[in-house]
Amino acid sequence: MTQTVKPPEAPARPGMRTLAWALRTPSVGPLFALILAVVIFSVATDTFLTTENLSLILEQAVVIGTLALGQTLIILTAGIDLSNGSIAVMGTIIAGKLAMDGGAPAALLIAFAACTAVGLLNGALVTSIRLPPFIVTLGMLTVITAATRLYSESRSYPVTSGLLLWLDTGIGSQGFTYGSVLLLLMYGAFWYALTQTAWGRHVYAVGDDREAARLTGIKTRRVMLSVYVIAGLLYGIAAWQALGRIPNADANAYQNANLDSITAVVIGGTSLFGGRGGVVGTLIGTLIVGVLRSGLTQAGIDALYQDLATGVLVIAAVALDQLTRRRARV
Amino acid sequence: MTQHAIPRIPRIPLICAAAAVLAGSLAACGSGSGSGQLKIGLVTKTETNPYFVKLRESATAAAKAKGAQLEALAGKFDGDNEGQVTAMENLIAKGVKGILITPSNSTGVLGVIKKAREKGILVIALDTATSPASAVDATYATDNLDAGRQQGAWVKAHMGGKPARIAMLDGTPGATVDDNRHDGFLKGFGIADNSPEIAGRAITNGAQDKGQQGMENLLQAHPDVNAVYTINEPAARGAAAAIKAAGKSGITVGSIDGSCAGVQAVKSGQVGATVMQFPKKMAEQGVDAVVAYGKSKKKPSGFHSTGAQLITDKPVKGLPSKDTAWGLKNCWG
Repeated sequence: MTQTVKPPEAPARPGMRTLAWALRTPSVGPLFALILAVVIFSVATDTFLTTENLSLILEQAVVIGTLALGQTLIILTAGIDLSNGSIAVMGTIIAGKLAMDGGAPAALLIAFAACTAVGLLNGALVTSIRLPPFIVTLGMLTVITAATRLYSESRSYPVTSGLLLWLDTGIGSQGFTYGSVLLLLMYGAFWYALTQTAWGRHVYAVGDDREAARLTGIKTRRVMLSVYVIAGLLYGIAAWQALGRIPNADANAYQNANLDSITAVVIGGTSLFGGRGGVVGTLIGTLIVGVLRSGLTQAGIDALYQDLATGVLVIAAVALDQLTRRRARV
Repeated sequence: MTQHAIPRIPRIPLICAAAAVLAGSLAACGSGSGSGQLKIGLVTKTETNPYFVKLRESATAAAKAKGAQLEALAGKFDGDNEGQVTAMENLIAKGVKGILITPSNSTGVLGVIKKAREKGILVIALDTATSPASAVDATYATDNLDAGRQQGAWVKAHMGGKPARIAMLDGTPGATVDDNRHDGFLKGFGIADNSPEIAGRAITNGAQDKGQQGMENLLQAHPDVNAVYTINEPAARGAAAAIKAAGKSGITVGSIDGSCAGVQAVKSGQVGATVMQFPKKMAEQGVDAVVAYGKSKKKPSGFHSTGAQLITDKPVKGLPSKDTAWGLKNCWG
């Protein structure tokens, strides 16, 4: 794609070529940062590098990781979703409240359907009326948050149903859960869909240049609508993951989840301008945040430094993205 | 293009060097805390509320005095159950002996508390009880029902038999502490939730701006309001501002908390009386309990009230109270 910028001495210096490749591939930088963080914390503390702790970090990532997966799809189309956390919270309240009257499978399915429906509504507003995704999802965030509070009657709903808590079930003795496995499977599936199928290539094309994509015959509206609908379903799954993590549906929970998911996507190297990045980077971005939080706690460093470090990484990631774009344009 | 690419090459060794330095310094502060030291975890609702800052400072000081090391973590906002669970999990992984937690939601952290106790970690609830209370080993907190009762009884007595029209400035419906204070106030006043004395209610989430807004609206709807229940002092200060702006006087405002700003508001007459809580005591008793557990394996149990003291310069008969001079000496934050 960016072969035009190949420096003249590149063939003679393989190190340089690797570097150029690394700068072109958005998930390499984040992967390097993740490995670096893991190495540092493994050296600095003796409680960090244990199988149990590493599987714990993965488990702590299941909710934001699932939300960030939907967020990645939307950001790849040059959109953004501020409503994803509120949709997932709505899902937890619907499932939790309906399951109180029995019928957990139906409760879960209705929660999935409701989350998907909100995703569809977001997508319809973005594609049909051509409203900016930022505005649509900002409005939706407020609407869904208020509606969820009304529906919850300002109560929280403790969840006891085995099905709703199933994702918290452990596998083996090291603390891996079905929720963690599901997270990895979903990332694998979307890596495949985005890189190996026509739909995936269309998502990138729409994000890169919607008009150009339309002119090549891609049904841009349908592609974008599909992205929002799939994201909605993913938020429903995030709700299920959340109930596994904390068996309590609470309308006050996950208020920062939208920004946390954007953070994971951006640290993972996906460009906010669309068309560049991918789900592997997002998984790495999610894990970087988790590793920092766990590692700095193990090292006994004030919790506010965790936020500080995350913020610095976000700016660094966007700066790197801009830099690479500038290189590519030359 | 090439000019841009050349300076990039030395960056990798540079980053590696930086990493090594960082790892070294991290290791240094890790070992500086001593491996034999007893580790105590504290998880509060948020980092920013002065009440939890006081709780954290007191716990840190108490731990230091006992030769223990305190690791303080918190949720990001009131209701951040995931943040609190994650904090507890990381503390368990770190190998703490005991965890002091102020649960955001009384049922939100039960799973991880069970996990901690199964690993032999002493878990103590500070400030807010879990539901059921037996989920933790022991609870050190204000008896909020009693604090509300004192507020209600004082407001009632201060009005001296005038027919009351009460504005209820509630916190967050459904939160255990908030409901206890509300119910306690009604009990102390001798009325029920549907009594005609209650003119109206507003939800403030314990925030000053929402307290002011709520009071403004209630005064518009019910100009005859002459008594105010408030969930805490920020809400009370908001109410006082609304009352002043409306040009009203002779409205009796009661509150709960005992922050220095709140006691100051009582002293200046904006608020009639407040009921002081003692976060310092909660923190110290919690730390002491973990240290004792570390030494002798002895676990505390049950509910320990850390007291609730009525503070006012307008004392009434039959209700023990302290004046604001005492209040300013003992206030927090």
